[in-house]
Amino acid sequence: MSFSWMAWTLPTALFFLTILALLIGMSVWEYFAPGGAPRVGILRFETTRGDRLFISLLGAAFIHLAWLGLIGPNLWWALALAVVYAIGVFRFV
Amino acid sequence: MEKTWNNKAWFLVLPVLLLVAFSAAIPLMTVVNYSVQDTFGNNAFFWAGTDWFDDILHSARFWEALQRNLLFSFIILAIEIPLGIFIALNMPKKGIGVPVCLVLMALPLLIPWNVVGTIWQVFGRVDIGLLGHTLAALGIDYNYVRDPLDAWITVVVMDVWHWTSLVVLLCYAGLVSIPDAYYQAAKIDGASRWSVFRYIQLPKMKRVLLIAVLLRFMDSFMIYTEPFVVTGGGPGNSTTFLSIDLVKTAVGQFDLGPAAAMSIVYFLIILLLSWIFYTVMTSSDADN
Repeated sequence: MSFSWMAWTLPTALFFLTILALLIGMSVWEYFAPGGAPRVGILRFETTRGDRLFISLLGAAFIHLAWLGLIGPNLWWALALAVVYAIGVFRFV
Repeated sequence: MEKTWNNKAWFLVLPVLLLVAFSAAIPLMTVVNYSVQDTFGNNAFFWAGTDWFDDILHSARFWEALQRNLLFSFIILAIEIPLGIFIALNMPKKGIGVPVCLVLMALPLLIPWNVVGTIWQVFGRVDIGLLGHTLAALGIDYNYVRDPLDAWITVVVMDVWHWTSLVVLLCYAGLVSIPDAYYQAAKIDGASRWSVFRYIQLPKMKRVLLIAVLLRFMDSFMIYTEPFVVTGGGPGNSTTFLSIDLVKTAVGQFDLGPAAAMSIVYFLIILLLSWIFYTVMTSSDADN
């Protein structure tokens, strides 16, 4: 089966493999610590760890877009900022 | 009754996962792949990196279309939600009036989008349309082809006509599910009509209203067919929403890379706003 019509590139394949790895990682985490660890953080509403991953990924997308629009095309610093943001979300949200 | 835990039950969601994979995940992955490349057809692609995203984020055309989209969704929600609640509150709760009203309310929802657009395109025409001709006879200078404000009014009224029924039906479903005991208790307490609405009907409708707001927001933010048929995005670009702009880029100009980048930004904005709506409404529900 050919997937050439999907126009795969190495960076986009790595991007989706990272997302897949995160989802598998979250599933394994859920298997060993079921229940999703719900809690009320600084946003004052209840989130599970799945919600926190969603907030992290969505925020990371906007951090990259904002960096690209406001600063420039070098996105490594945006990636670093997104990782710091994700750690913050998992720690405090 | 004791719950039975069996993780094999997860296999039952496999068909849904496969369906979502083929209908959403794989097309989305393809769009992401297109967004970082350029193509001149023949399945030949050239790496473009973040250039298309850069172009989109610095494009006045994109931001103007986004502003129009946000304004349109805001106006639609501000009209359709209160109007839908008002109509639902005034619909009969028993008797022959119930099926009559339900059928009348469901009728606009059964009409395909392009037919709705065609109906309103003809309806609003000054030369042959009932609305346009009547307004002209009354001395009102109305012409949706020439005047941006008239075009906006036409598109908004058309959407209200088409979709308020959905809000009505959802609210009505919420209202008829309220047990009579609540109303009897309110009557004993001497509650006013407003108090009954504020403390009984509105809280009981909250869940269906959440669905109505989400559906109407997402749908109005993605609106394409009706304004395209009525105004074609004009006059000028006054009713060119993101979806119309996107189709012009992807199909009209065959710029697949910029169109894919625009799709992703568009998708992220819808995802963010829908998530904010959902979170705000469900968390206030939990607080109550």
